[in-house]
Amino acid sequence: MGHAQDVGEHVPVRAVAGGSRSRHRWIALLREPGTALGLFLVVSLLLAGILAPWLPLDDPTDINLPDRLLSPSPGHLLGTDHLGRDTFSRIVHGARMTLLAAAVTLALSMTIALTVGILSGYHGGWADTALMGIVDLLLAFPSLILALAVAGALGPGLFNVLLAAGAVWWVGHARIIRGVTLGARQMEYVTAARAAGAGNLRIILRHIAPNILGPIIVIASLDVGWIILGIAGLNFLGLGAQPPTPEWGAMLNDARPHLQTAPRLLLLPGAAIFVAVLGFNLLGDGLRDLLDPRTVRPGG
Amino acid sequence: MGAYLVRRLVTLPLLLLGISAASFALLNLAPGDPAEIVLRQRNPAQLPSQAEVSAMRIELGLDAPLPVQYVRWVSQALAGDMGRSYVTEQPVAAQLARRTVPTALLTAAALALALLVAVPVGILSAQRRGSPVDTLARLMALVGAAAPSYALAYGLIILFAVKLSWLPALGYGSAAQVVLPAFALSLAPMAQLMRLIRASMLETLGQDYIRTARAKGLSEQTVAFRHALRNAMLPAIGATGVNLGYLLSGAVIVETIFTWPGLGQLMVGAALTRDYPVVQGFVAYIAVVVLLVNLAADIALRIADPRLRFGRDEM
Repeated sequence: MGHAQDVGEHVPVRAVAGGSRSRHRWIALLREPGTALGLFLVVSLLLAGILAPWLPLDDPTDINLPDRLLSPSPGHLLGTDHLGRDTFSRIVHGARMTLLAAAVTLALSMTIALTVGILSGYHGGWADTALMGIVDLLLAFPSLILALAVAGALGPGLFNVLLAAGAVWWVGHARIIRGVTLGARQMEYVTAARAAGAGNLRIILRHIAPNILGPIIVIASLDVGWIILGIAGLNFLGLGAQPPTPEWGAMLNDARPHLQTAPRLLLLPGAAIFVAVLGFNLLGDGLRDLLDPRTVRPGG
Repeated sequence: MGAYLVRRLVTLPLLLLGISAASFALLNLAPGDPAEIVLRQRNPAQLPSQAEVSAMRIELGLDAPLPVQYVRWVSQALAGDMGRSYVTEQPVAAQLARRTVPTALLTAAALALALLVAVPVGILSAQRRGSPVDTLARLMALVGAAAPSYALAYGLIILFAVKLSWLPALGYGSAAQVVLPAFALSLAPMAQLMRLIRASMLETLGQDYIRTARAKGLSEQTVAFRHALRNAMLPAIGATGVNLGYLLSGAVIVETIFTWPGLGQLMVGAALTRDYPVVQGFVAYIAVVVLLVNLAADIALRIADPRLRFGRDEM
């Protein structure tokens, strides 16, 4: 486990606080065209996702068989699917589903990663050995297959897929958080705080947590893309969102029989996933360069 | 190196035991009674009676305590018997064996394709940093990392099979049928390898010994391929585990789309029907493959990089 120790030693301990200098850096972030594009895509996606129910769109689950498989027209900007549902509306509502799913997965995996990482890095000793042993074990395993196994055990359903994704996604992050915690724990101000009589919880919350914040923002932003790809993949395989839920992966799955007659039904949700993932990846790359070029390496 | 190898070989079975125990526990703690699931799979028309469920529990050996079931499973698996599928009632080990060749073929083709593109493009883009070639390569890496293999696969089918009719869309057996699935599968590892090789080439090309090689009057291509590439490939070998993950995860999806009769297709079917013996056998099997490939990659890295052999023994 010498490798993780190395990470801990080299972690530059920096505050992520505001102030005019760092505001400068945030503006510099936007001068990078890739990052600016990423931010634009992410913001559009967020707006579409949040506002979807209030936009003047057709009901995404409203079945209208006489209108099925219509080509794009002013009435249906992207045409209709095999049940006559408006594709544009389903794509926009799909953004809402995708973001919600990604947020739940992220929250779940971050909670586990933080608990394991901080416990391991702060406590050390047997807890560290045991937890990092589990991490090593899981790290070797392809995450989608692991998620597939968990989803297979729990049975199909969107919530089960989110549970499965959250349960496998924390592994690499726990490693990084452990490294940062370990580095911060050895700082003199932590020793000073302990000498002053601060308890473990106070030290973790007041003195160690601020160090973890930067890496977490970076991990999270780089991760959303992977999570979106993974969840849409599981949904595509039929394990997650069930019809008529407007979800991009499930839409792709639904459209499979219409490959020859209406290829756009496959290409549009595919493009939506691609654009969303690209947006988050670009933004994540930019944030990584801004917040910390050295501590964080995205995992597979 | 000897001591290192011994340690790795000793921990290998322990890791396997850990993974199999975890998957065993997971499947058995999951909601739902496998005996009931089996009965419903075999006869979806009617709900099984309590007596039928109890009889099936005994038939499947589910009446024994969990640790006993686990020990039984491990000892049988060691003897090559991984139980029978709940759905098809075929032996799991035979199914895994039969489906290994198609998956191995597909992943090997995808990996070869990924390397064939990623190595030259990665080198070229590092040599001409900031040039249009570099920009294009970085764009390809970005797209490759963000493109969902399932959407890409359908894009390929629509373009090459439906519109152009150049290649068969589905099926397994002929060389032409490998092309589309292998291409769809290769994109993610290709993007990852290209990024890695570009980054490590950039680093290597700045080293003193490269300047020496150039000062000797060697051509830029000799410097790149004979001197720099050997070092620049080390991170790529180190990333074998990550790429194997991409390939196996991708294979699950790509095989389903192209009706490729491999392990991934088997696993998806098993996950959808909660066919626990197949899921468990698959997880254990993939664990063996992943651990062995990682071990092989580690050894290869130590052979390729003397610093690791003689230096501090990590891990």
